[in-house]
Amino acid sequence: MNFQELILRLHNFWGQQACIIQQPYDVEKGAGTMNPATFLRALGPEPWKVAYVEPSRRPTDGRYGENPNRLQHYYQYQVILKPSPDNVIDLYLASLRDLGIEPEKHDIRLVEDNWESPTLGAWGLGWEIWLDGMEITQFTYFQQCGGFDCLPVSAEITYGIERIAMYIQNKESVFDIEWVDGISYADVHHQAEVDYSHYNFEAADVGALTSMFNICEEEAIRVAERQLVQPAYDYVLKCSHLFNLLDARGAISVTERTAYIGRVRNLARMVAREYLEQRKRLNYPLLKDENLRKQLIIEEEVL
Amino acid sequence: MAQDLLLEIGVEEMPSAYMPRVLKDLKDLAQKNLAEARLSCGEVLTWGTPRRLCLWVKEISEEQEDSFLENRGPKKSIAFDANGNPSKAGLGFARSQGVDFRELQIREVGGVEYLFAIKKEKGQAAEQILPGLLLKVIHSLSFPKSMTWSYYQTRFARPIRWLLAILGDKNLEFNIENIKSANYTYGHRFLSTGALPVASIDDYFRILREHYVILDQAERKKMIWQQVQEVAGEAGGKAMDNEELLEEVVFLVEFPTAFYGEFSPSYLDVPPEVLTTSMIEHQRYFPVYNNEGRLLPGFVGVRNGTDYCLDLVRAGNERVLKARLEDALFFWKEDSRKSLEEMSTKLKDVLFHERLGTLADKALRLQKLALFIGQETGLGQPEELQRSALLCKADLMSSMVYEFPELQGIMGRYYAAGSAEELEVAEAIFEHYLPRFAGDKLPSSAGGIVLSLAEKADNLMGFFSIGIKPSGSQDPYALRRQALGLVNIILDKKLSIDLKLVFEQAYLGYKDIDLEKSREVSVKELLDFVYQRMRGVLLDSGISYDVLDAALSRPPFDLFETYNRAFKLQEFKKSPVFEDFMVVYNRVHNLSRKWESEEIDPDVLLDESEKNLYRKLPGLQQEIKTSLKAQDYTRALELLAALRADVDQFFTAVMVMVEDEKLKAARLGILKSIANLFNSMADFSKIV
Repeated sequence: MNFQELILRLHNFWGQQACIIQQPYDVEKGAGTMNPATFLRALGPEPWKVAYVEPSRRPTDGRYGENPNRLQHYYQYQVILKPSPDNVIDLYLASLRDLGIEPEKHDIRLVEDNWESPTLGAWGLGWEIWLDGMEITQFTYFQQCGGFDCLPVSAEITYGIERIAMYIQNKESVFDIEWVDGISYADVHHQAEVDYSHYNFEAADVGALTSMFNICEEEAIRVAERQLVQPAYDYVLKCSHLFNLLDARGAISVTERTAYIGRVRNLARMVAREYLEQRKRLNYPLLKDENLRKQLIIEEEVL
Repeated sequence: MAQDLLLEIGVEEMPSAYMPRVLKDLKDLAQKNLAEARLSCGEVLTWGTPRRLCLWVKEISEEQEDSFLENRGPKKSIAFDANGNPSKAGLGFARSQGVDFRELQIREVGGVEYLFAIKKEKGQAAEQILPGLLLKVIHSLSFPKSMTWSYYQTRFARPIRWLLAILGDKNLEFNIENIKSANYTYGHRFLSTGALPVASIDDYFRILREHYVILDQAERKKMIWQQVQEVAGEAGGKAMDNEELLEEVVFLVEFPTAFYGEFSPSYLDVPPEVLTTSMIEHQRYFPVYNNEGRLLPGFVGVRNGTDYCLDLVRAGNERVLKARLEDALFFWKEDSRKSLEEMSTKLKDVLFHERLGTLADKALRLQKLALFIGQETGLGQPEELQRSALLCKADLMSSMVYEFPELQGIMGRYYAAGSAEELEVAEAIFEHYLPRFAGDKLPSSAGGIVLSLAEKADNLMGFFSIGIKPSGSQDPYALRRQALGLVNIILDKKLSIDLKLVFEQAYLGYKDIDLEKSREVSVKELLDFVYQRMRGVLLDSGISYDVLDAALSRPPFDLFETYNRAFKLQEFKKSPVFEDFMVVYNRVHNLSRKWESEEIDPDVLLDESEKNLYRKLPGLQQEIKTSLKAQDYTRALELLAALRADVDQFFTAVMVMVEDEKLKAARLGILKSIANLFNSMADFSKIV
């Protein structure tokens, strides 16, 4: 199974589970969780089911294309099921079967792993899922997002698709993954990995990035004050990525680090609050089940 | 007829670390709630796997015991009229209780007689009580971290997916959110499908076994360890005996199958601690050693399932470990290119704690404090101590320790050796973290001992001076462990050192930092904290409470001296002259307790017995002083006991509290002088 087919199979599987197959979000980000289709939609009472591929950037993980297992740019396959269904693990295992991984032939484990993102003010409990000792998926029940309690709780499934592809294709290096017939992962991404590693670690202009961070922070606040939720969130994402770049560049001391994280977290909270208020003003359009809506209104009045 | 109760809480995979505690709590809570509900029962057992918590209560009584409600009414004196007939008040009480007046009883409370209405409440059937009781037990379970799921409010470690509850052959019905208790269970996640109806408790155990679930954790543990040893043996080695790892694996699998995997011998160039950390911490494998205790290029993994397609599982695990070891080898080579001193230059960029400066600041403080402690104890060479202190945190800047934090100190020693540092320096760098956990070894080199004391004193002082102290179960910086380490090192190495001076010196190290508490307060709080650990150590080694209180009531700045003193006191309590000793003490102490002065005017003394004591005093004082200096407490104690005859004579011959103030002062002066000799060793008024 080539890389492309793997993605298509996951799309197909989760599409059949009534997930919206959304496309990647067009702002740089560290993980699929930061896509507004997760970060914002996980907030508030409205049900939501979505699956998408998310290009994810971790500037500090760059290895100039020399390490067979580390990349500063890779892909996550992200699924959000809100509320978390009772059979969510069975669904996940069925998706593996769809990829040709038969659980009974392997050793699949759910090993405790608690996820936390200090920059997003988000955390959840769950597992890393092991396939014969290799972590292939992060599974999280979101408890808080942007500092707000999640109700209902979403289940987040994040597949490491390069790892799964390496396993299925029996490759020792991520760069050897066959993307489509005759084209490897290296063909698509290797030179960019090298270039970005140089950029992240050596070439990035600290002064310029610092100014950009400050400008983006101001813009996020200004836009959020006008209740323009997603435009404001774009600038939160930019801040987060700029912070990661500065960090990779070695430009952030330990004392400053905590302060930077705090600044991004404040922005994330602000946007989360704006989003919750906006959805309420809109009367929760995704609450299509009238019984659920009534029940929710009763609960809100009680609170 | 008494019947057995079975409860199974089906969950998504529980964190393995929670399980031992949860199983204990489940048992305790069940027992407690049954007792409170007046239901008797036999043995209570709990079992657990990653996917289930199981409670088995044997022989629960069919009904609750009847209970008696006792309501107190008016005093007897007003419940009857002058003719001995029930008064209005008495009848009123009977009516309010719904009983006949004649059924009321008279009981005495605090010497006064009252009317009592005793009402019997018939016990209900266990079947009716248990559903609510089980719900309460389940909701009372607590976890280090708990969560909610879907739209529900219930908190648990992981979502609850099914509930099985049967009493004998009957279902007990209750529900948690959308889950209704029923009489079915589930087997192994991958080796069984669908719900499995359970007709009886015996049936339950049989069904689970048939569906690849070894329910009893003790049985799983035995199976795993046996398999692990066998598999390692077949490969010509011995598996590492690691209780913690074994316990964890027990709660990661429902049906264990051990297998052997290999890696390239070329990775054996990496220090063995790195390899075992990678195997244990990241992959939960058992490392394997040959007969000489050297690592073999292999490991034992434990699969959750049978041996079906085991080769596939083995191959997968070998690949994962290879990638990990490849990383480790890369870090090892990369780090080895730099000297430890080069690494240490980066310490200035890393905070020790946000309010306590950087690691470079810390290294600087440790240099000074180590020099001071070295001087006080006479241990270590000044140059080596300084060098070790300067470099002891440098390995935190290596890629390896960044990746494997638990290797701090261990890597420092390797990198020091690789950077051609003195052997003593390398050893001190490793040892300054010792002891790292309860039962860990203590530092043994001179430099290691000094630097380890300095490290602990500096950590403790830093946190205490900004108001961070352990409270309850909260001790994020492991300050209790460090204080205990400090005590154990001093006692084990028989070090004579004044802790008060050490802590004052440690406080000085933070002089450029804005601390919350003054030196006096910080030192005092810290000393108290250390004494509490010291008390624990002494009690554990067999010193009784009274001796401990007596010995610790002198400022025990020198822990080893205090320890010795307490031991000698404890021994002396068994001595034949101990009685004499206490008589002397009590007689001189009782009268002179409120007297301050040791002054004696010899010219006013009248009786031979007091002149005798007066003459003997200077020699005695001198001898006791010498004995104490030599820490020969037994000798000092015996000298005081030997005063019995003279003191008895004195009290027979004279009255102390005479009207002649001068004479009284002289006699009290004699007693005070003797009492103070006692007090210089311990507060004997605490001895029972």
